Amino acid sequence: MSTADNPIAVLVELRDGAVARPTLEALTLARSLGTPVAVWLGTEPDADAVAQLGEFGAAEVRVAAIGAEARYPAKAGAAIAAATEDASLLLVVSTFLNKEIVTRLAVTTGAGVVVDAAGVEFVDGEVEAFQTVFAATWNVRTRIAGKAIVGVRPNTTTASAAEAPGAASIVPISVQLPATRETVTAVEPVAQIEGVPLAEAPVVVSGGRGTGGDYALVTELAELLGGAVGASRDATDEGWISHEHMVGQTGTTVTPALYVACGISGAVHHRGGMQASGTIVAINMDPDAPIFEICDFGVVGSLFDVLPQAIEAVKAHRGA
Amino acid sequence: MRILVTVKFTPDLQSQRSFTDGTVTRTADDGSMNELDENAVEAALQLVEAAGEGEVYALTVGGADAVAAVRKALQLGANHAIHVNDDAVAGSDVFGTAAVLAAAIRKVHDENPLDLVITGMAALDGLTSMLPTALAAELDWSQLTLASSLEVGDGNATIVRHLPDAHETVTAPLPAVVSVTDELNKPRYPNFKLIMAARKAEVMQWSLADLGVDAASVGAGASRTTVVDASPRPPRAHQQIVTDTGNGGNALAAFLIEKGLA
Ligand SMILES: Cc1cc2nc3c(=O)[nH]c(=O)nc-3n(C[C@H](O)[C@H](O)[C@H](O)COP(=O)(O)OP(=O)(O)OC[C@H]3O[C@@H](n4cnc5c(N)ncnc54)[C@H](O)[C@@H]3O)c2cc1C
Ligand SMILES: Nc1ncnc2c1ncn2[C@@H]1O[C@H](COP(=O)(O)O)[C@@H](O)[C@H]1O
Repeated sequence: MSTADNPIAVLVELRDGAVARPTLEALTLARSLGTPVAVWLGTEPDADAVAQLGEFGAAEVRVAAIGAEARYPAKAGAAIAAATEDASLLLVVSTFLNKEIVTRLAVTTGAGVVVDAAGVEFVDGEVEAFQTVFAATWNVRTRIAGKAIVGVRPNTTTASAAEAPGAASIVPISVQLPATRETVTAVEPVAQIEGVPLAEAPVVVSGGRGTGGDYALVTELAELLGGAVGASRDATDEGWISHEHMVGQTGTTVTPALYVACGISGAVHHRGGMQASGTIVAINMDPDAPIFEICDFGVVGSLFDVLPQAIEAVKAHRGA
Repeated sequence: MRILVTVKFTPDLQSQRSFTDGTVTRTADDGSMNELDENAVEAALQLVEAAGEGEVYALTVGGADAVAAVRKALQLGANHAIHVNDDAVAGSDVFGTAAVLAAAIRKVHDENPLDLVITGMAALDGLTSMLPTALAAELDWSQLTLASSLEVGDGNATIVRHLPDAHETVTAPLPAVVSVTDELNKPRYPNFKLIMAARKAEVMQWSLADLGVDAASVGAGASRTTVVDASPRPPRAHQQIVTDTGNGGNALAAFLIEKGLA
């Protein structure tokens, strides 16, 4: 280990065996802070993945081939600890599972942790992370003393390949996994939403109770703008759309460049999961709907009138 | 069945208001129990009811205000309330808070063993979702987090947790720390009798000295993270709201095109 100067460790996030885009964003961020080294858990990476990590600046890919044991937070934490002894900062994508993994890791290493961060930098040699909290109404900057772990949200850094990409070398990590009391007895894969995962999508078009269960227009606009379809909890509770689409504090937190809320009132639970988005657009029949308080552009009207016209106008513009 | 539920006091910030049919609803006091902890209390009550015997403890760590959180748990039906209130705890990070909660849990457990500790999945003020894992590690008990279903029997607890890529079934021996999501159950409303009883119920007040916790090991001084700046986010500039009188869709498209978003 450790040929790297000021190594910044980045935990690789996988989707269907391939490197997920937020990992490339985290590597881009890591390049601005030091020398990125990728930490890979699970099964051995293939050549394409290693090449891609190198392209985004990873000097090394440290592989702890612990297979399915990576599902256990304590075991994953131990593997990362073994792979990051020399790194003063570890970046992970801020997911529920990673929050558990880094908590276990921090308990054993004494590291300080900030999750759901929008960015991180070194100030006077110490790590500072910034976040938006309290349903995204406050900006907070937190300093981490000593060894630091930061969970970053997708879409907060624009991923770009390194100017002088190198070939990442593979470094095998051996690790003594701790015993756990828990046993994962069944793993039932969830059918993934077609296209870009909701948490990572650059555009999210969401429908709520106001859709009455008809997602055709919401889906059409999402596809037109290259985005993902989101929903409010009332809509997923109704069974109109699967739970995986739910945006909000107890669903998926999204920070796309564009968020379009159609027929969603804007309850605090919903806003907490989308309020940090770049541009927010709302379409709602009720001029007093709270969603209008936080939008950049709002249309008071029925989504069944507004969306078809907007879709046609965007198509016409593109055709022109 | 002996269960302890950890409940957090969350202040009624401007951002904590909730909306029902377009109107603002506020709680009567200046804050209350973290909303998701209602699901934890409900889970505990249901397990004790199903077992036909047992007790539910509610535990909070926080300043004087935080007593409102355990009072709320009593109103819902918890049997005992514990409030760890010590100035030295202020400014603790998640690891400090977990250490204090764990010390209080051990004190209860050593007198008469607990089967479960149940927590909410996240405190809606900070949404870190780290505490349940830190608590399981600190106690060195089984960790069953993000439960959207929970079964307890034969000395084991089994949960199903919904992660983005898979639904996992996880089982572990008791005692266990279980964190629950709002999918698990629908919290009950407090009834009048319990509300009246909760007013008079005794809340055990414990200090760090009562728990044998060294004050220097927790609080702001021991925290691994320090907030160096906090400022309200500026309201969105140049907000534009149009009323659809036949051209709303075109206006929306024009906005997206102008912003380079379409
Ligand atoms: C602990 C807890 C956690 C929660 N977590 C979440 C969460 O993570 N995410 C979440 O979304 N919710 C969450 N909720 C639920 C949340 O409080 C709201 O109930 C929910 O977000 C409301 O969904 P909605 O906006 O679709 O429905 P409503 O509030 O009913 O709003 C529907 C809106 O559609 C408008 N409308 C109707 N017809 C039309 C039309 N034709 N065109 C345009 N507009 C129309 C109406 O004017 C109205 O504003 C949570 C609740 C609790 C208690
Ligand atoms: N100070 C506290 N006192 C009691 N319980 C807490 C405290 N902080 C967090 N918790 C519990 O931990 C859960 C998750 O909180 P958090 O990790 O802060 O998002 C909450 O739902 C509570 O059950």
